[in-house]
Amino acid sequence: MHELNFIVLLAGVVAGAAPLVFAVLGETLTEKAGVINLSLDGTLLLSAMVAFAVTFETGSLLLGFGAAALTGAAVAAVVGVAGIFLGQSQLAVGFVLTLMCRDLAYFLGNPFARLHGPQVLPLPVPFLNELPVLGPILFHQNLLVYLNFLLIGLVWFYMYGTRWGLELRAVGEHPQAAYARGINVRRLQMLYVLAGGALVGVAGAAFSLCTKPGWGRPQGAEGMGWIALAIVIFGGWHPVKVACGAYLFAWLQMMGISFQNQWPSIPAQVFQVAPFPLMIFVLLLMHFSQKRAVEQWAEKHPWSLPLIRFFHGTAPASLGQPARKRLGS
Amino acid sequence: MVIEFQDIHKHYGASVANRGISFRVEPGRIHGILGENGAGKSTLMKILSGYTVKTSGRILFDGRPVEYGTPAAALDLGIGMLYQEPLDFLPLTVLENFMLGQASGFLQSRAYYERKLEEWCRQLGFQLNPGLPVGKLTLGERQQLELLRFLTLGVDVLILDEPTTGISPVQKEVLFEALKRLASQGKTLLIVSHKLEDVEALCDRVTVLCDGAVAGNLDAPFDTEQVLGMMFGTPPAPPPRCTASLGSTVLSFEEVSATGGRAGLTRGSASFRRGEVVGLAGLEGSGQGPFLRLAAGLEEPLGGLIRLGERVMNGLDPLEFRRSGVTFLPTARLEEGLVPGLTLSEHFALAFHDRTFVIPWNEVTSWTEKRIDRFRIRGRADSPVESLSGGNQQRILLSLVPEAPIVLLLEQPTRGLDLESARWFWQQLQGLCANGTTILFSSAELDEILRVSHRVLVFYNGSIVLNVKTDETDFNQLGRAIAGKV
Amino acid sequence: MREKSETLKGIAVELCMSLGVVLAFTTAVLLLAKAPPLQGYRYLLEGSLGSWTKIAQVLTVWVPLTLCACGLQYTFRIGLWNIGVEGQVFMGAMGATAALRWGVGSEFPLLWLVLSALAGALSGGVWALLAGLLKSKGGVNEIFGGLGLNFVAQSISLWLIFGPWKRPGIASMSGTEPFPPELWLPSLEGWRVSPHALLFTVAVILGTGRLLQSTRIGLALKAVGGNVRAAPLFGLHAGRWMLLAMVLGGGLAGLAGTFQVTGVYHRLIPSISSQYGYLALLVVMLANYRLLWIPFIAFFFAALNVGSIQLPMMLQVDSSLSGVIQGALVLATLLVHGWREKAAERRDAETARRAGGERHA
Repeated sequence: MHELNFIVLLAGVVAGAAPLVFAVLGETLTEKAGVINLSLDGTLLLSAMVAFAVTFETGSLLLGFGAAALTGAAVAAVVGVAGIFLGQSQLAVGFVLTLMCRDLAYFLGNPFARLHGPQVLPLPVPFLNELPVLGPILFHQNLLVYLNFLLIGLVWFYMYGTRWGLELRAVGEHPQAAYARGINVRRLQMLYVLAGGALVGVAGAAFSLCTKPGWGRPQGAEGMGWIALAIVIFGGWHPVKVACGAYLFAWLQMMGISFQNQWPSIPAQVFQVAPFPLMIFVLLLMHFSQKRAVEQWAEKHPWSLPLIRFFHGTAPASLGQPARKRLGS
Repeated sequence: MVIEFQDIHKHYGASVANRGISFRVEPGRIHGILGENGAGKSTLMKILSGYTVKTSGRILFDGRPVEYGTPAAALDLGIGMLYQEPLDFLPLTVLENFMLGQASGFLQSRAYYERKLEEWCRQLGFQLNPGLPVGKLTLGERQQLELLRFLTLGVDVLILDEPTTGISPVQKEVLFEALKRLASQGKTLLIVSHKLEDVEALCDRVTVLCDGAVAGNLDAPFDTEQVLGMMFGTPPAPPPRCTASLGSTVLSFEEVSATGGRAGLTRGSASFRRGEVVGLAGLEGSGQGPFLRLAAGLEEPLGGLIRLGERVMNGLDPLEFRRSGVTFLPTARLEEGLVPGLTLSEHFALAFHDRTFVIPWNEVTSWTEKRIDRFRIRGRADSPVESLSGGNQQRILLSLVPEAPIVLLLEQPTRGLDLESARWFWQQLQGLCANGTTILFSSAELDEILRVSHRVLVFYNGSIVLNVKTDETDFNQLGRAIAGKV
Repeated sequence: MREKSETLKGIAVELCMSLGVVLAFTTAVLLLAKAPPLQGYRYLLEGSLGSWTKIAQVLTVWVPLTLCACGLQYTFRIGLWNIGVEGQVFMGAMGATAALRWGVGSEFPLLWLVLSALAGALSGGVWALLAGLLKSKGGVNEIFGGLGLNFVAQSISLWLIFGPWKRPGIASMSGTEPFPPELWLPSLEGWRVSPHALLFTVAVILGTGRLLQSTRIGLALKAVGGNVRAAPLFGLHAGRWMLLAMVLGGGLAGLAGTFQVTGVYHRLIPSISSQYGYLALLVVMLANYRLLWIPFIAFFFAALNVGSIQLPMMLQVDSSLSGVIQGALVLATLLVHGWREKAAERRDAETARRAGGERHA
């Protein structure tokens, strides 16, 4: 009985994290190239709305996901053009877009509110889903979850195993030096802003077509964009760690739901906002784990070293800085 | 490859960096570009390396005029430039840095490049660990890596900008050896420097720039007097040493350890007396930076005691240090010392009018104008500090020092100043020292340290390895200590 | 460069271009939602400025919006993104409500109104201080800290409304039990906007201007914002000034929340902030962080907000259109400004090149 519960819980975590994994991987690509796309929260909602509307009208899930990816890339393009080419503050532009895309989603999505539309269905992998324990957790899921697994590996391999990945890391670290080596910095940054935005768009579609099917005001994905941004910091800009962060977050969310069932006297509102103080707490933890005193303590307690190291991750050195210096123009 | 500059001009807005420069560089030789700071050397070399676009004029390679505007295009033509602060990526490994920009294809053939790196290292006598992050290397090693990278890219022309600043004498020897070998293989080498001894040891020919124009060309062996004459007109006399008698101990370090910089500080002990001028020598990042910041209260010691007079200062915040008469002038003026966006009067209002809540702007402005006069700052009370030149920014910093500080801490105070400004700067400092101020300063120039200070502390890898009176030491002993050989 | 784009003509050109872009974009959005654009604009205009009552309504929105925007002047000046202003409005509203609950039935209602303002400012300030401490002591970026605290503040208000402060018998989204009229901020007959609040807001604008222009506070905030690392060399404790800026900004946001309780809703409701905190960030950005522009832009944004209220009824579209227009306006201004700056830079480079070429031809 206990074991079964555990398996159901983990399967729920893996499924629930699906949209977040897309979003955090997308933002990791963007930030690794030195650009912050702060508009995630609005982008997620807008692309979720677009995905639902397109799928509802055409009946094609594929078109829905495609339209959402394009939406995400389009919003990101605004951040990219303003931040990379026009030298405006990426934070300011991203924040405005956050609010505007949310309102745009509510405005344009009004006719589609509370309608029942198509959604992504489970697709168990033959044979593998019959494995004990792992089968139901990993292989009795929908296509999005399998794409998650694939994407985590792919992004990791791309960043650390290929030449383009090396250039990506270089650009975010020291754009001037990358320029001196013949890399077209602005083009690369724009490319990763677009790619990251498209992935965020897919994440939005994953919300409205799978995890929280349907459209409404509120949709239920509100605030997730901010969580995703915090997870990227938590994961130290490393694709695998960032994905772990998304799964950890989904797990905590599941725990919240089961706690809520156990203590019905505590108002539901407390559990609904639990992710946000949690986010602050995790960022605090990260900060203090990097303090020298903690490091010295860890050196004396070797068991804690892997844990402390997990929290280590430095931001790309040029993150968020406008390319004011003459670059390729 | 023969390089010919013909009438090169470069304007930055209203200011002119190069005004009609023409000369020739022959292949297989080491050609020095000499000149004071601001003479236009760096600008000219940035034009040659494609990092900056010239305003007018022509560059000819082997008699053919060429036009290009990016470092990548310059590399394709066979020109590479090694900057004073290497343009590399600190968190990436040596191998990754080596591959970046030259590897092609989607997948990386690490093994191939590792072999190539090893091969070149052996040829030039360098030792680099391919798996180490570049952030853990010394400046000299980073320079070596960049050099190797350019060589594998097959450059014919190598430009080196102040290659001996911040590297140890041993590394300098290795570097010079390698450069001579490359010249003998037919490469063209351009060395930008303002250090005569480097040029004399290395170059076959020098072009001296002065105020954006060519002052003359000379062949080895060089006549030092003649070169100096071209660089400065008549060289100013070096500043004399302060002769005030020393008083009681005002600042002391007892076994102080701290992090920060490349090496941190390990168990540093020293004490300083009233009216004393002490030079902190050592390679950049050997511990002088943390030492000065500890003394200013900007960093907290992990262990040991810092005393001002009798008072233990550990754990007090920088404002308490300031109140007790400690002033610190950092080397990165706009980054650490001044506030970009604020005008001169706003700076003075901040520093001197902290008693009143409402700021008496009229009073501040007239006060500011007086200071501008006294410190010969070229700027107006309402000009933002970032619009002033480096030398003038240094003057502002000095003018912000309170009337009679007890301890004045200076980080590379004359870096980037021409000789005349540096002399003026030291004259002002000596005025303070005569009134009993204790001055601690770090410098990359041993000459300067030997000339003006009573005592020298030599830093190596975070430790104070030598603490001697200037009269009881010489250039050689200090040079060895800087390299860690005491 | 700066002088060039800041001349009056430059501002006018940029404004016209931005407005054109926004008009085109909004029209497209309206068409996409199958709503007649012209009618949409008419309803927006009539709904906000069509009558004195409407204008009074706009002014009741203008007050909290301007207060929040003035508060943001302090935090932006020192380089902090006080995104937590939204939560600070919530806390201010809760603080004020708590004070007023004590005052119900008292013989000195005026005293309790003043106390509620103090409590509101204090709660907002403390909430901002928390975000500031998270930043200075805990290394949590103020954007994430502030945002997280926004959600927490909102949930606390929900909990209060549905828990300890619920209406006798029923708990509902309509909020707590309304206060008796003597605890309402007095308003003129038929005006429905409190003259005291308007006067107070004008005083806050002037006071903020004076404080930032000519006192040590303004100078210190600017200096720390300009270069944190240089601050200790001038005897400034960067961390403390940041906290002060946060407290000042949070206090004003708390007053905005107080006004929502005492002057508008006369009780605590779940959406008491009406998202004015986030909107104030847009106001300040559009004003290019200048105080002088803030009251006017705040009025314009308030008008958009009020005007869009009747859109769902008249055109069957969502009222979030105002948010779309406001966002588009800020975005267009940023883009147009950036584009013009770039163009001017390119022109300068070109003239320099040509002048050089001619001189040495």
